Formats: sequence, C-alpha cells, structure tokens
Amino acid sequence: MTTPTIDRDAAVETPPSKKSKRAARLAEQAGAGWKLLIFKVVALGIIDALALYAALVLFQTDQLVAAIAVLAVTGIANWVYLSRGNLPAKYLIPGLIFLLIFQIFVAGYTAYIAFTNYGTGHNSTKESAVNALMLSAQERVPDSPAYELTVVERLGEFSFLVTDPDGDVELGGVERPLEPVNDAEMDGGKAVAVPGYNTLNFSQIVANQEAIADMAVPISDDPNDGSLRTPDGSVAYVYLSSLEYDEAAGTMTDTRTGTVYSDIGTGAFTAPDGTELMPGWQITVGFDNFVRAFTEESIRAPFFSVLLWTFVFAFFSVFTCFALGLFLAIVFNDPRMKSKKYYRLLMILPYAFPGFLSALVWAGMMNQEFGFINVVLLGGADIPWLTNEWLAKFSILLVNLWLGFPYMFLICTGALQSIPDDVQEAAKVDGASAWQIFRSIKLPLLFVAVAPLLIASFAYNFNNFTLIYMLTGGGPRDVTADVNVGATDILITMVYKVAFVGSKADYGLASAFSIIIFLLVATISVIAFRRTKALEELN
Amino acid sequence: MSNLTPHTGKSTLEDFGDSVGRAEALIGAPGAIDGFDAKEGAGVRGEGPLPRRKFKRYFRETGWRHIVGVVVAAFAIFPLLYVFSASLNPGGTLLTANGLFGNVSLESYLALFQSETHPYGAWFVNTLVIGLVTAAGTVILGALAAYSFSRMRFTGRRFGLTTLLVVQMFPQMLAMVAIFLLMVQISDIFPAIGLNTQIGLIMVYLGGALGVNTYLMYGFFNTIPSSIDEAAKIDGAGHARIFFTIILRLVAPILAVVGLLSFIGTSSEFVLASIILIDPEKQTLAVGLYKFISDEFSKNWSLFAAGAVLAAILPVALFLALQRYIVGGLTAGSVK
Repeated sequence: MTTPTIDRDAAVETPPSKKSKRAARLAEQAGAGWKLLIFKVVALGIIDALALYAALVLFQTDQLVAAIAVLAVTGIANWVYLSRGNLPAKYLIPGLIFLLIFQIFVAGYTAYIAFTNYGTGHNSTKESAVNALMLSAQERVPDSPAYELTVVERLGEFSFLVTDPDGDVELGGVERPLEPVNDAEMDGGKAVAVPGYNTLNFSQIVANQEAIADMAVPISDDPNDGSLRTPDGSVAYVYLSSLEYDEAAGTMTDTRTGTVYSDIGTGAFTAPDGTELMPGWQITVGFDNFVRAFTEESIRAPFFSVLLWTFVFAFFSVFTCFALGLFLAIVFNDPRMKSKKYYRLLMILPYAFPGFLSALVWAGMMNQEFGFINVVLLGGADIPWLTNEWLAKFSILLVNLWLGFPYMFLICTGALQSIPDDVQEAAKVDGASAWQIFRSIKLPLLFVAVAPLLIASFAYNFNNFTLIYMLTGGGPRDVTADVNVGATDILITMVYKVAFVGSKADYGLASAFSIIIFLLVATISVIAFRRTKALEELN
Repeated sequence: MSNLTPHTGKSTLEDFGDSVGRAEALIGAPGAIDGFDAKEGAGVRGEGPLPRRKFKRYFRETGWRHIVGVVVAAFAIFPLLYVFSASLNPGGTLLTANGLFGNVSLESYLALFQSETHPYGAWFVNTLVIGLVTAAGTVILGALAAYSFSRMRFTGRRFGLTTLLVVQMFPQMLAMVAIFLLMVQISDIFPAIGLNTQIGLIMVYLGGALGVNTYLMYGFFNTIPSSIDEAAKIDGAGHARIFFTIILRLVAPILAVVGLLSFIGTSSEFVLASIILIDPEKQTLAVGLYKFISDEFSKNWSLFAAGAVLAAILPVALFLALQRYIVGGLTAGSVK
C-alpha cells in the first residue's frame, strides 16, 4: 500500500524542468472550464460579502481582534483561490478554517479558561459586576423627586421617556443612561412621545407590568448616581444603592452597615472578614484551579477517587471486552463449524445499536424496583444494581462488555485469519500442543496487529462519557464532596457536571480537569505506542 | 457513538499507528471474515463408525461452539428484544414492560409523535439533518485535504500531517467548556450561528472533520495509482477536473465509509449537542431521549422504547450495510 507514495517521493525530488512546468500550466488552463470559474467567483463573492458583514458587526461591537481575524482569513482565502499557484492550499483551506476555530482555538481557549475563575458569579467584567451589585442593592430614596414617565418601545426593547421636575426631557433604558431629548412631543408639561419609538398605552403597560417594574434606568454613567424605577408605569422615582462604589480606591462600601468591601484580587469585593459580594468578575488566577484540584480537601478526595476509577474502568473495559472477543473469535474460527454467519450477525447487533440508547435501555433493565433483571430474571430480588457504589461499578463494566465485545470479536477474527497457516503447521510438525501454538505463536502475532487498537480503545473508554452518564449519571452521588460527583463518575463526566449540571458552574475548574485528562491520555498513549512499536520490531 | 468509536477512530490516539495499515485493517478485516465464511462447510466431517461416538466427536469439535454461540447470542440480543417488546406495550411503564410480548400494539409509536413537551418528530428530523449535513461536510472537507496530502508535495506537508495527529490528541469533547463559551460569545453577535442553533452545532462538528477522517482517506487515496491522474493531466484535465471527476469516483468506497461513520457518530453524539442545543424542538434524539428518560423515568417506558427502536433502525441498517460495502474493491480494476 505504501509503495506508490515512496515512488512518488523519489520522483518529486528531481526538480521539474521548465518545460514540464509550462506543460502543467497549459494543461491547467485547458482543464479549468468556464463553469468552474463562474462557480469560483460566485462562491468567493458570497463568502466575501458574509465576511465583510461579519467584520462590520464585529467592529461595531468593539471586537477588534475578531474583526481583524475574519478579514485576514478572508483575505488569505481570496488570495489563494484567485492566484494561480498555491494548489495544496486551495484544497486544504476549507477544512483548515473549521479545524482552526473549533479544534485548535478551543483547545487553547480551554487552557486559558483553566487559568481563570470563570464560572457562576464570575462570568463578566469588573464593570458589569459593579453595575449588577449597585442595582441589586437599590432602594427608593425617601422624599426624592418624582419624574413624569412615559414608557416607550422600539424593537421590542422598552425605554423610559422622563420629564424631570425642572421640565427637561430625557430618554434612557436598561444599561443606557438617560440622555436629553429635544424633539419629544409634549402634552401639558409631560413628554408623551418621541420620534422613532412607540408609546405604550395603558393596556400594553399592564401586559408588560413585570418587565417594566424590573427596569432600572441609570441616571448617569456613574453607578453612584442611582437609577430610575417605576412602580406604576406613570411616575418614576430615584433609587439609590445602599452600596457606594469608590472607583479610585476600588472599594464598595455598604452605607447601612459601614462595611468596606475591597478588591483584593480574588475577583470579588471582599470584606475584611472574608465575606464576598456576589457577583464578582472574571480574573486570571494562575494555577489556582490545578492547585485546588490537588490540594483542597473537598475537591481532592473526590478527584482522586474519580481518577482511580477512570483508570480501573478503562483498563477493565478493554480487558473484559478483549478477553471475550478473543475467546469468541477462537471459538468461531473453526472451519468445521456451521452457521457462523448467523451467530456473527446476532453478535454484531449490540455494536450497531446506538450506544446512548443501549445505556438507557440497560438502565431500565437494571432498575432496582421495576427492572427486568430484578423482577423477572431474579424473581423479585431487590438488588441495587445502579445505586450501590460497587454494584454500579460492576454494572457499568457489564454493560460495557455487552457494548464492546462485538468490536473486539471482529478485530480478533480478522487478526487471527491473517496469521499465516504455515507458521502453525510448522509448530504442529515440531510437536507443539494446541495451547503452546496459541500461547507462543498466535497470541504474540495477534498482539502486534491489535495492540494499537487496544490502546485506542483504552483512550476511548478513558473518555467514555455516554455509557457512564446515561447508565448511572455518575451516581450514586458522593454527598460529602464539594463538587458534584458520584461513585461511578469518570473524569470526563466530572468535567461535564462541574461545568453544566446543577446550579453552580465552575468553568475554570472544569477546564483544568480537561487539561489534566489531556495530559494523562497523551502521556499514556505516547508511552504505549512506543512500546508497541518496539513490539512490532521484535516480531 | 460510544461503541462505534474505537472502530471509526474518533478517539484520541487512534492514528498513532500506521494510518495506511489502519485503512487496510478496516477494509481488510470484514472482508477476511466474509471470505472465511465462504469456506465454511468445506471442513472435515467426523466420520466415526458408531452414531454415539459420532455425536461425542461432533460435540468435542463443534457442538460446544454452538452452545457458546447460543449463550452469547442470547446475551447480545436480549436487551434489544426487551426494548422492542416494551415498545409494543401500549402505555406501558417500566414494570409492565417486563411481560415480554404479552401485549402487542403500535399505540406507543403513534403516541410518540403527539407529545407536545417531547417533540419526537422534530428530534428525529433534527438528527437526520444534522447527521447528513455533517457527514456530507466531513466527506467534502476530508477528501479535499486528503487529495492534497496524497497527490501534492509541498513545504509543510509532513508538518501538516503530524499536526493533524497531534490535534486529535485533544478531542473536541475535552474542550466542551471552551466550545460552549465560544458559542455564547458568537450568539451575542451573530445569533443565527451561535448557541441554540443547529448550524452552530454542525460547524462545531465540522471542526473535527479533518484529522482521523483525512488519515483514513489519505491512506485510501495513496492506493490509487497516480498514473491515472498523470494520464488525465496529459489528456488536458486540470486539477479540479481530475479531483472531481476521476479521483472522487475511484475513492467512492472510502467516501461512503467515512460519510456513514460520521453520520452514525454525530447522530448519537450527546455532549456537544446537549450543551449547544437548548430548546426542546431544536434538540437531537440523543439529547431529547435522555431528557425524556431522566424526566419521567418509569412512567412512559413504552414511549421511550418506541422512540429508541425508531431511532436505532437507521444506524443499525446503515451499519450492517456498511459492513458489506467496505468489501468492494472499486479501485482494483481501475488501472488499465
């Protein structure tokens, strides 16, 4: 199979002559039809238009880096497809763009997040955390002046059109501080409409009562100035926060208790006694997440038990499936046996059945109270297949055996049949027993063929999310742990649960776990493949 | 995807070995088995003089193999029979499903399409659309890349091939948090392709289109003699014409294999789909059926079972079809 490659390699090393270059170019011109040219121009035009639009939108939202990246990539693509050369790039670019964004970039981004405190309570900038805090602590100022209010709407977004006690008209909305308006339509000293906006009538205000009552329109850019809120949709009052923000000192002061919360670099305003004001903001925390995973007791203990179980699970799932698969392959690898075809068809079915469905079906069959295994097979037994820690682990291995043995059976059959007969014949002539032949000849040869697949299977099971998550959900849950983990969770399901399940999400910690998984799998596989290479050379 | 993956090679390390060998293994193994089947019956028959002895010998040689076969086949097939029987049990719970085939009706299959909170029909269509588009995209992107790696020699070629291998060590599933946050940011600016959109999910899947698939195809492309495209070049065909009209036809088997594996893989992918698709009517079967089961576990078991049977028919059929397809050696006779 490799021969053609080698031949071509040799051929290319001699530099192409001028003549052959010209011939190639001529052939190129003759070959490219006008239909293709039109297709090329139209496709490029559409892509350019989309990219230009995207870049404009990105510029408007101040995402300069992203905008420049979009333009640069589009520019390169145009250059590649419009120029004469760059043939390999023409074929590689489409796939590369997706690869760069959704595999390489996200891998780097994972590493970046692992070094931040990104998660619930820390998901935005300091500025928006300050705003959110000020808003959440707002109270109506006694005796504050009343603002005449008209609620207006544009594109589904409500705004306050207010007339302050001095008669000045201003317009603002959520996160859009009040701005003076000159062309408002007045009615008896109160602004009632403004061009470009729809004025809400009484019934519309009633219909959107909740949304309007929740609105807080900042009076100015300084959060300490407070904001306007309305209890009834017709008059707005000034609400001031009981928190006071001092930007220069970076402190938040609770005006009622006098507690000073300061920014001590942990991503949240913290009082001297350690209480934090939530929400905080996102900061880079260095190796904190990794340190937490390995030292903080409430995370370390579950993390290490998950780590251990991940290895145990991955090892046993490969081992059991391979053992059964090999056994069956040997059993059925007998020319005298009839109707192997039908057995094989039946045995392949678990492999063809979608894995997530199998796990769910087994979860039903293993249900403690109503499941088929307890109720019918064991005549009404009450065995906690999925809710006892050790039985759950056993059940997972059993179901994985069901899922995985057909694959091992297939590859073992293939590998057995590729072992030449004459080797065995020779051994037989020399008087070796069937077991000896198997042990010293077939098995080593078989291993050479399947070892890479076994390693791949190990790596796959190391991250076998579907089986664990669908069958036990990682449970039974470890209630003592600070992170949401159970007895059968493996690392990847732990990542998922830390990041996406439950009310508290810790993206930073989850990403740190991802990085740890990657390092483990990469190390193991590099070592293992070195070993198997050695194995191959030996034989 | 779970049980398929070691075979399809979506896992991290799959391709550390010789990729060409892998393609060969994939293509060779089932073929070898089939070839072997053809021989069956040609084996030696025991011919003892007494019937009793004959049976003993028969049992020692092949009889026990049938017993093993029956036991294993029962183990393999039972959960599938169970779910099929449960799906025919109208309005059945987990408990009533235990009476195998006691009650047969197609009610559950009809009820499946009438639930408003669990839009099974939408899930089915979504899964099909996402799976087909991703499979098509994967085949196209992978074939383009494999062609250039196989037929062209350029600086960075070796580096590119190695990079693809290394990148595969960090599977997309590990980057789920980053992918989620990236999609959140995209949807702030372009809601049409961000979080909770199927286009977004497809784009994420296409991020993994190169890599293993390219390797699989690259190995196959290499088996097609380059004398074919050289001949075409002499006849005046450009590279695009060679690629689209000659090469793609010759490598059709591997395109079919990659496409089918990608379809089967994406149609049962759970992690990314569950993160990116939020609205029930936008979800796929894997996400929807899981939510359905975790919401009301034992109550609507027959509904779930019906959903599972319908969801499995296509992948199982494709898989069985794929097995035979691989055997075909389209390129074998193409060199004149």
